[in-house]
Amino acid sequence: MHSVVCIKQVPDSAQIRVHPVTNTIMRQGVPAIINPYDLFALEEALRLKDRFGGTVTVVTMGPPMAEAALRKCLSYGADDAILVSDRAFAGSDTLATSFALTSTIRKIMENMPVDLIFTGKQTIDGDTAQVGPGIAKRLDCQLLTYVSKIVDVDLEQREIQVERRAEGGVQFLKTAMPCLITMLEGTNEMRFGDLDDLFRAARYDLKVWNKEAAGIDDAEMIGLKGSPTVVSKVFAPRPRSQRAEMIETQDNDPKNLAVTLLAKMFTQHPKLEKEIAKRAR
Amino acid sequence: MAEKFDVIVVGAGMAGNAAAYTLAQGGLKVLQIERGETPGSKNVQGAILYSDAIEKIIPDFRDEAPLERHLIEQRVWVLDDTSYMGTHYRSEDFNKPPYNRYTIIRAHFDQWFNKKAREAGALTICETTVTELLLDGKKVVGVRTDRKGGEIYADAVILADGVNSRLAVKAGFNSEIKPKDVALAVKEIHFLPQETIEARFNIGEEEGVVIEMAGKISAGMMGTGFLYTNKESITLGVGCMLSDFKEQQVTPYELLDRMKAHPSIAPLIAGSEMKEYAAHLIPEGGYNAIPQVYGDGWLIAGDAGQFVNGIHREGSNLAMTTGMLAARTLVELKAAGKPFSAANLSRYKAKLDESFVMKDLKKYRRMPDIFHNNKQFFTTYPDLLSKAAQTLIRVDGVDKKSKEKSIKQSFINARTRLGLIGDAFKFWRAVE
Ligand SMILES: Cc1cc2nc3c(=O)[nH]c(=O)nc-3n(C[C@H](O)[C@H](O)[C@H](O)COP(=O)(O)OP(=O)(O)OC[C@H]3O[C@@H](n4cnc5c(N)ncnc54)[C@H](O)[C@@H]3O)c2cc1C
Ligand SMILES: Cc1cc2nc3c(=O)[nH]c(=O)nc-3n(C[C@H](O)[C@H](O)[C@H](O)COP(=O)(O)OP(=O)(O)OC[C@H]3O[C@@H](n4cnc5c(N)ncnc54)[C@H](O)[C@@H]3O)c2cc1C
Repeated sequence: MHSVVCIKQVPDSAQIRVHPVTNTIMRQGVPAIINPYDLFALEEALRLKDRFGGTVTVVTMGPPMAEAALRKCLSYGADDAILVSDRAFAGSDTLATSFALTSTIRKIMENMPVDLIFTGKQTIDGDTAQVGPGIAKRLDCQLLTYVSKIVDVDLEQREIQVERRAEGGVQFLKTAMPCLITMLEGTNEMRFGDLDDLFRAARYDLKVWNKEAAGIDDAEMIGLKGSPTVVSKVFAPRPRSQRAEMIETQDNDPKNLAVTLLAKMFTQHPKLEKEIAKRAR
Repeated sequence: MAEKFDVIVVGAGMAGNAAAYTLAQGGLKVLQIERGETPGSKNVQGAILYSDAIEKIIPDFRDEAPLERHLIEQRVWVLDDTSYMGTHYRSEDFNKPPYNRYTIIRAHFDQWFNKKAREAGALTICETTVTELLLDGKKVVGVRTDRKGGEIYADAVILADGVNSRLAVKAGFNSEIKPKDVALAVKEIHFLPQETIEARFNIGEEEGVVIEMAGKISAGMMGTGFLYTNKESITLGVGCMLSDFKEQQVTPYELLDRMKAHPSIAPLIAGSEMKEYAAHLIPEGGYNAIPQVYGDGWLIAGDAGQFVNGIHREGSNLAMTTGMLAARTLVELKAAGKPFSAANLSRYKAKLDESFVMKDLKKYRRMPDIFHNNKQFFTTYPDLLSKAAQTLIRVDGVDKKSKEKSIKQSFINARTRLGLIGDAFKFWRAVE
């Protein structure tokens, strides 16, 4: 069983700040981490390997410094790692990113068929959740988003069963492999790798693929040229001063609910109460 | 784990990286083990780098190391509650390359330094804690880690595991560090636009300023404060002896808050965004607190060996130098085909004694005790000095001779004539 896990190195968003005056992103001193959702994807792939054997390949498209993220994945137990890195990729939006990753995965498939492709639900810096579905569409394979659990894999029948979180409940889904899965958070916990894996990760001869190696001839499809998305402005939203409060009905009587609501409003805005009382008179 | 190494280095701080780099350069098979997520990730952020020590290890470090600003101005301030008194020394001589001191962000610098060690051939693994030393009788033969399959063997282990080194204690080589021998320092990084920093401190693009502080900043405890400029941030902090914090019931961050609110300091950091808060121990016991630093198959370098010059706030340079010397000792023995026995490793001690490390620490050996037992240096004197300055400067119709007399009397009242002479003598003994 061969799984490909797509990971992205992201700035730790808990530590990123937007400069209040210039509205530029202040990245100084912000450590780069593996997108947290992608770790759930990787752990799930490693668990399948534990159960069924096989290979886990990790892929990222990013600058040379993303090497650290890949080595970390190797230290958790991934078998192979590919860094897709080329100046031509700079400025790629989700369309161009999914194009480049798809081409990379096709190249990987030339060497070894791929059964499952994993991505995180979304990234914590771009937050679009588009890259996974984009790859599935381009590969024309099955797509399971927001997966919370892999229930079973039938390698004979080439079928996979998963639980998927949906609005208002959990869906049990079964589909054919190859299949792309975008993984939800909190589904598992990343393992603490063996010393052997750590040594292997430190010594691993990392594969770095430029655009040609990733099978991309058409530079129009990647980087800025291949990216119709324009980020026109970045700004820090003003923090909401108060949290929304949910009021529940006790007896299904809208009148009671209205009274509660008014009482709450008036405690917050005493002037309003006086005003209304005056007009009512 | 069947693989065996010539040397295992515990820690990827200044001492560990210097050791691993030197060993790898010397052709030894080195494994370096770091507990933090990355080298430097556990390190208190901003710091001052002294060029000399790193230059001896990587002569062209200036070309590639991540450096913030070179220091052109040193301020020494004595503070009371509302004032500061002090000296500013700025010299164009400090503005001529090769520069002598830099501000750095440790997390960045340590990663670079570790990369150099790896490029030289060392193998570094992170997120792995060495839990104990493996012994064969009294001889150290390897380490145990918290990872599965976690025992690794080597002919020697360099302990560069920082201030609160547990490993040598656990192995029974050394005793527990005493609270009176460690300071607790807290430090914050405050982000400000580069232009603001340069305007506030009257410095150019690459230039930096450091302010060393003593006096009421430490709330009458033995300690000092510091502030220095990075590229886009200001590091500031305060450190006091751990035993004093206990005695005085003041928390380190209360002290730091007080420092930040001081009228001489508040304007320097006004409008900044605080990012990092970190507390860290500093060994301050000096020469007399240095433990046994070598034995059969083991050596200690850096903070783990208490190699810190508290009065000059030098630590990283002593760490690098001791790490380098420990490594050189092993490289030389290996080349001569000699075993890493305690007798052979005593060469490390000899190298230390010849270096500035031991000479400096010896010079200030009395300081910790003298300051520890004479808190007046941190309480009474700053007040007296500040009042004296005010008395002299304020123009209020009182004649100068009377002013001088009243200053003199205020000193005598506070400390007695004999006390003043005694204090002067003690101060001289401390730094002599
Ligand atoms: C502040 C900001 C500014 C930006 N500016 C620009 C810009 O100027 N021009 C522009 O074109 N785009 C810009 N982007 C978009 C950026 O390039 C996207 O982050 C990128 O296209 C991936 O989309 P995403 O992060 O939303 O990923 P998502 O779709 O949320 O990611 C889902 C999953 O896909 C996988 N994945 C995503 N990216 C990669 C990758 N590189 N390698 C491997 N796997 C991956 C991961 O498994 C991830 O969990 C900007 C984004 C931000 C936040
Ligand atoms: C607030 C503050 C300000 C300072 N300012 C300066 C300054 O401006 N200039 C200066 O020269 N010095 C300064 N120092 C002192 C300086 O930081 C230290 O002297 C220096 O870092 C010592 O280096 P080291 O390698 O011995 O220890 P460290 O840098 O502490 O490195 C020890 C490493 O070992 C790792 N480790 C510990 N135990 C284990 C284990 N069991 N297994 C695996 N890894 C382990 C730790 O994670 C750490 O990375 C300052 C210290 C403090 C606290």
